[in-house]
Amino acid sequence: MIMFEEMSKHPSGWLSGQGEESMVVLSSRVRLARNLSGVAFPSAAGSDTKEKVVGYFESARSHSDKLSQGTLVKAGELSQLDKEFLVERHLMSPTFMQDDGFGALYVGENEQVAIMINEEDHFRIQALAPGLNASKALQLAGEYDNEIGKYLELDYDPDFGFLTACPTNVGTGMRASVLIHLPGLVITKDIEKVISKITKMGVVVRGFYGEGTDVLGNLFQISNQTTLGISEKEILDMITGVAKSIIEDEAAARQRLMDEASNQIVDKIWRAYGILKFARVLTSEEVMNLLSAVRLGVAMGIIDFINIPLINEILLLSQPAHIQKYLAEEMNPDRRDVVRAEIVRTKLQQSQN
Amino acid sequence: MVCQDCKKQQATVHLTQIVNNEKVVLSLCKDCAAKRGFHSPLDNVPFPLAEILSGLIQQQFTPKGQSDDMPDLKCPGCGLTFTEFTHQGRFGCGECYKTFRAQLEPIMRRIHGSSMHKGKLPVGEAAQTLPIKEEERLESELKKAIDGEDFERAADLRDKLKAFKESMLATKGGN
Ligand SMILES: [Zn+2]
Ligand SMILES: [Zn+2]
Repeated sequence: MIMFEEMSKHPSGWLSGQGEESMVVLSSRVRLARNLSGVAFPSAAGSDTKEKVVGYFESARSHSDKLSQGTLVKAGELSQLDKEFLVERHLMSPTFMQDDGFGALYVGENEQVAIMINEEDHFRIQALAPGLNASKALQLAGEYDNEIGKYLELDYDPDFGFLTACPTNVGTGMRASVLIHLPGLVITKDIEKVISKITKMGVVVRGFYGEGTDVLGNLFQISNQTTLGISEKEILDMITGVAKSIIEDEAAARQRLMDEASNQIVDKIWRAYGILKFARVLTSEEVMNLLSAVRLGVAMGIIDFINIPLINEILLLSQPAHIQKYLAEEMNPDRRDVVRAEIVRTKLQQSQN
Repeated sequence: MVCQDCKKQQATVHLTQIVNNEKVVLSLCKDCAAKRGFHSPLDNVPFPLAEILSGLIQQQFTPKGQSDDMPDLKCPGCGLTFTEFTHQGRFGCGECYKTFRAQLEPIMRRIHGSSMHKGKLPVGEAAQTLPIKEEERLESELKKAIDGEDFERAADLRDKLKAFKESMLATKGGN
């Protein structure tokens, strides 16, 4: 796929580092789950039915100026590496990657919109926006939802709202999430307290723990837990409100670190930069953790010659499928670690000129 | 530590999730973590609620629930039975919601704290006449709920009617 080789050289639009609170919030995402009326959900549908669903979408596309603008690829035409690449770019879910080939993926608006066809639901409409801007993501996703709804009859029940394969998505079918960087709260160990506070507010928090106890990259995703009996606007306000409260807690934690352990923190940041700058072998987990420290340094004004978009770009480009796409060859992990270190070095070099 | 999924390989990924205020720690090998969809924090990790849900439904319905002589509800659209639904936590088609409606209301309240949609209506031709019909429908449903002394449903309906009227007011004058 030529499209992907070209894509691999650029960061996704939603990682542009623009947008509100971009020092702490990487991106905001809204997903709407939709199904066609009178058609079995993908898990219960045969391959002929799934092909029909893709066909319905194609016919909607042929009538709609908006939908005809993006790109549609059939899952069966994608290699394993293509799929991993799309997952790394947030255009596809890992579940969809293991799909049987009867799905399809639509990408539009400079990768800010993606529609997975025949994932768990017939349509999973997703929109991404940089920084804390879930309302922009909702607006975009809503436009595509309306466009599909204009041409295809969606499954809707007056009591239960938009019907979905899983009862946890029914109603609005909406999941809003915010990807947020919380090194201060992790280092001060206040994170557990903050998480238990905000989970009482109706959100789900996920962190990814690698080996050891450090959260990989100190990145957390918060999203709404319920979808029924709550309006789109209420979900939006709730997620934004919770994100803002976490941002305040994170700012307080960073301040405390600087008050109580500034030498150690500043040292940790510069060491991380030093390793990224000079290392000859880097695993992707290592890069994520080191970039977290550098991101913290940039946000606190300790490192002033690197900007957030560059950190985002390195974060994305250093993931396994991206590295292979970047050089247009498949590689074993050892070789990848060497190439990764090269890419990171080159990117950091550029920032100093 | 051994991977809790395959029970063969060494667990190297320890994933902590907090759901419903409960901390769930998964210890997995890399392969099984990937299978569950845990690639990196940037991924769209699928919701773990399904596991909780199937436990919740079973707990609610199986202890005293179905005896053998009670026929299992079956969706005419896809053939899924209610028992199958409680095991897999997924519906087969939109008809399932109609078929299991009575059973689903308490389940929806457990999951979402409500059993009544409040939010966007579908667009398109069918939707043009929907707002007026919807208001009438809500009012008659509310009356039914009050007459039947289903106060939880009545409260949900009252909330929804109020929000609906407000949203209608807000969109008036716009297009
Ligand atoms: Zn395993
Ligand atoms: Zn069904």
